[in-house]
Amino acid sequence: MKRPRFGAWLAFAVGVAYFAIPLIGTVEFSLRIRRGTYSLDAYGNVLSDPAFWNTFGFSASAAVATIVAGTLLVVPTAYWIRLRLPGLRPYVEFITLMPLIIPAIVLVFGYLRLYNSSSWLPMTGAPWSTDVLMVAGYVVLALPYLYRAVDTGMRSIDVRSLTEAAESLGAARSTILFRVIFPNVRTAVLSGAFLTFAIVIGEFTLASLLDRPAFGPYLQLVGANRAYEPSALAFIAFAVTWACMGLIQLFARDPAARSVKV
Amino acid sequence: MSLAWLGVVPFFSFAALFLLLPTAYLVVGAFQDNDGHFTLANLAGLAEPGIVSAYAISLEVSAASAILGSAFGFLLAWAVVLGGLPAWLRPMLLTFSGVASNFAGLPLAFAFIATLGRTGLVTTILQSVFGFRLYGTGFNILSFSGLTLTYLYFQIPLMVLILTPALDGLKTEWREAATILGASPFGYWRHVVMPILWPSLLGTTLLLFANSFGAIATAYGLTGSTLNLVTILLYAQIRGDVLHNPHLGYALALGMVVITGVSNALYIALRTRHERWIR
Repeated sequence: MKRPRFGAWLAFAVGVAYFAIPLIGTVEFSLRIRRGTYSLDAYGNVLSDPAFWNTFGFSASAAVATIVAGTLLVVPTAYWIRLRLPGLRPYVEFITLMPLIIPAIVLVFGYLRLYNSSSWLPMTGAPWSTDVLMVAGYVVLALPYLYRAVDTGMRSIDVRSLTEAAESLGAARSTILFRVIFPNVRTAVLSGAFLTFAIVIGEFTLASLLDRPAFGPYLQLVGANRAYEPSALAFIAFAVTWACMGLIQLFARDPAARSVKV
Repeated sequence: MSLAWLGVVPFFSFAALFLLLPTAYLVVGAFQDNDGHFTLANLAGLAEPGIVSAYAISLEVSAASAILGSAFGFLLAWAVVLGGLPAWLRPMLLTFSGVASNFAGLPLAFAFIATLGRTGLVTTILQSVFGFRLYGTGFNILSFSGLTLTYLYFQIPLMVLILTPALDGLKTEWREAATILGASPFGYWRHVVMPILWPSLLGTTLLLFANSFGAIATAYGLTGSTLNLVTILLYAQIRGDVLHNPHLGYALALGMVVITGVSNALYIALRTRHERWIR
């Protein structure tokens, strides 16, 4: 290999500076709450705020619900398309890419018009059904990543042979799906799941417009009213995102999942 | 024909209920007046100065952050793939890019306020060490340039993630063949690399464009509602019908879908073109 070029080092150094400085700035700012000295008080204030734990817990549950619902929707569909209905593949793929075209704010606008409390299906009429609507929206937002991860995972296993082998051993459809197919795409599902978690945990648009007590609207509230706590929250959010991506890397080391790109 | 189609009923019903019907409702509503009659008045209403300027600012911020993001993302990807930097920097950059491309929304806004806000770290260091008053130059984090600079934090990493595999796909044989045929390094880039990479470069730029065009949380966290982006206008419209015409709101949403739809369609077309080469 050639000697490193000056230009490459320069680009890399500028990149490091651009990406590191805001992180350093965030940490430094979050420590400034006491005049003249650094302290962790901003973190103390955040972590002792019950609203922080309530909203974080709410969004974490929403993320888990999104992952479970999304997986139960995507895995059987991807399996069935591969096994029995390959002709429908372009349509399914197009639908899973649509959320990249339709911004979240447009999606939730449609929900509010279609499912408001005086409509044919008044989903925003009660808190629990609004939660269902919000999770459905999150599943839609996660579809492009989840479907691609699962579909790529299925490409690396021979769905047809596995199914025939299981059938000839007398397994029922549900057994095949849950005991044969799911375990084989587990790593793909997991990397899709952590990405989904990272997206849902701080999501603002849907939660705010559906008026749910989620972490995103809480962040907005703190951001509008406090000086130093927002940087503490930003640092915590960065750590959560980092943890999710780290877990993806960890699972992607499994050779079966190496081809998964999300 | 068997009952095989039953297996995809859940997926298609879900898509119909939570993706297709809500979107269709807005699209149809954009062409209706309050009594449900067909009209083009809502689309004409988009010519209002407030709405035109909202679209203009959104387009400018998205274009600026997409072009700068892809230019710098390309440089970074080039540096780690072909620039001869130590090999261990590459997985580090890619892992960080995975994190940073998902670090958006309100926390990102907070990070940039803490760094470049009026009392942010960089602002105060520039002032106390170099005597340079950043805010004296007219710069403001709550503005077009501030927002663009902030969006680059997720745009650059996204470009790096998409472009690194494309740069990996440049085969050593191509460079060797070009060199044997007497091409200079510039000639190799001009006649071999760029014709292969441009669809992917341009396509990813369009993806970045759509990515920032639909974004709202970062802008909302940074500027509140001082910067009149189309997403922020739509947010206000959903909250309280600030345009005093629900159907104009549908038209506003339709305009957004058309813009992101066109740029994504071009992206997919260009990606298909690129994949012919990278086998």
